[in-house]
Amino acid sequence: MTEPRAAVAAVVDPEIRVVTIDELGILRAVDEDPATGRVVVTITPTYTGCPAMDVIRADIRRALAVAGHPDAEVRTVYSPAWSTDWISDSGRAKLAAAGIAPPAPVRAGTVVPLTLAVRCPRCGSPETEQVSRFGSTACKSLWRCRSCSEPFDHLKAL
Amino acid sequence: MNGPFDFTLSLGDDALIAAQRLGEWATRAPEMEEDIALANIALDQLGAARLLLSYAGELEGAGRDEDALAYLRDDRQFRNCLLVELPNGDFAVTMAKLLFLSAYQLPLYSALTGCADERLAAIGGKTRKESAYHLDHASLWVRRLGDGTDESHRRMQDAVDQVWPYVHELFTADPAAPVDPATLRADFDTRVTAVLDEATLTRPTDGWAPAGGRDGVHTEHLSFLLAEMQVLHRAHPGAQW
Repeated sequence: MTEPRAAVAAVVDPEIRVVTIDELGILRAVDEDPATGRVVVTITPTYTGCPAMDVIRADIRRALAVAGHPDAEVRTVYSPAWSTDWISDSGRAKLAAAGIAPPAPVRAGTVVPLTLAVRCPRCGSPETEQVSRFGSTACKSLWRCRSCSEPFDHLKAL
Repeated sequence: MNGPFDFTLSLGDDALIAAQRLGEWATRAPEMEEDIALANIALDQLGAARLLLSYAGELEGAGRDEDALAYLRDDRQFRNCLLVELPNGDFAVTMAKLLFLSAYQLPLYSALTGCADERLAAIGGKTRKESAYHLDHASLWVRRLGDGTDESHRRMQDAVDQVWPYVHELFTADPAAPVDPATLRADFDTRVTAVLDEATLTRPTDGWAPAGGRDGVHTEHLSFLLAEMQVLHRAHPGAQW
């Protein structure tokens, strides 16, 4: 039987499959009642309309069942609101390795993040341009590198 | 109006109807990137609508969930502002509508974060970040079209003139509400005026100010929108996928 926190933390994000929900900062808490063995998992969505939430909930329950914790509940909270600042260093490194430029830090107190130069995750060049503020998922924008001509996704600071 | 239920319902209906209208652009936007952008903004609005309508259902305490509120009410029971139900028109009209809606939703959601109701404060903290991107997107387009060619300027000005009368309803005073909409007008005016100035557009004079959405008195456009949005759920009650 795997410890519930470890089992849940290993669940990968269904839309960005190179990072886990723990590395993305979506996973907020895993609590096990020692008396009953019931596990309560608390998660928060990246964006309010994120269509991956149902799959994430199902994946968490499946991971817990496989780890020997069939009695599980997944709760969704909205406060405090998710921020890209919660993405771990390992998560950022994995995003970059997968060709997704990680977000810049969000300045405290602002809701309109300044878009600083985004480095190309392929060649590292800062000579990049935004093609679209909205990309293949709600949390990404679409960019192009002027140095190596590769298009790439950028996880928007939020 | 207005108890917390009516207030929450009206915000949820604004977001739901805005999502449905923006969704109509899918596969029809002027360019592929814009198609994706409008679909993403629609998805954000739908996310906000689900949170707000779910909470409205809890406040009402009559057992109605988000689906019951979205699919099983008729036009007279919707509390959205008229602005969001207006047809999309051309792309300039859609951007004028989005500019005004997001310049209203951003200060509204920001103000919610400080209100006494914890659930509304949490929803506001979440949705205001997304509204900031919507406002940014609409502002870019209004500036580009207004300060573009003679033709794009003419059509953007026409769009602003056409939609402007519908903004006044957004700020109808309601001192008993968790956030009084009248307190948001100054913020809206500052943001919108700055964008219009930079876009070389003329801010319309205030005159005719249609209203009634918050009381369930809508334009005929809402009925057609609801017919399309609700038909599946009404034909197959409880349908899920």
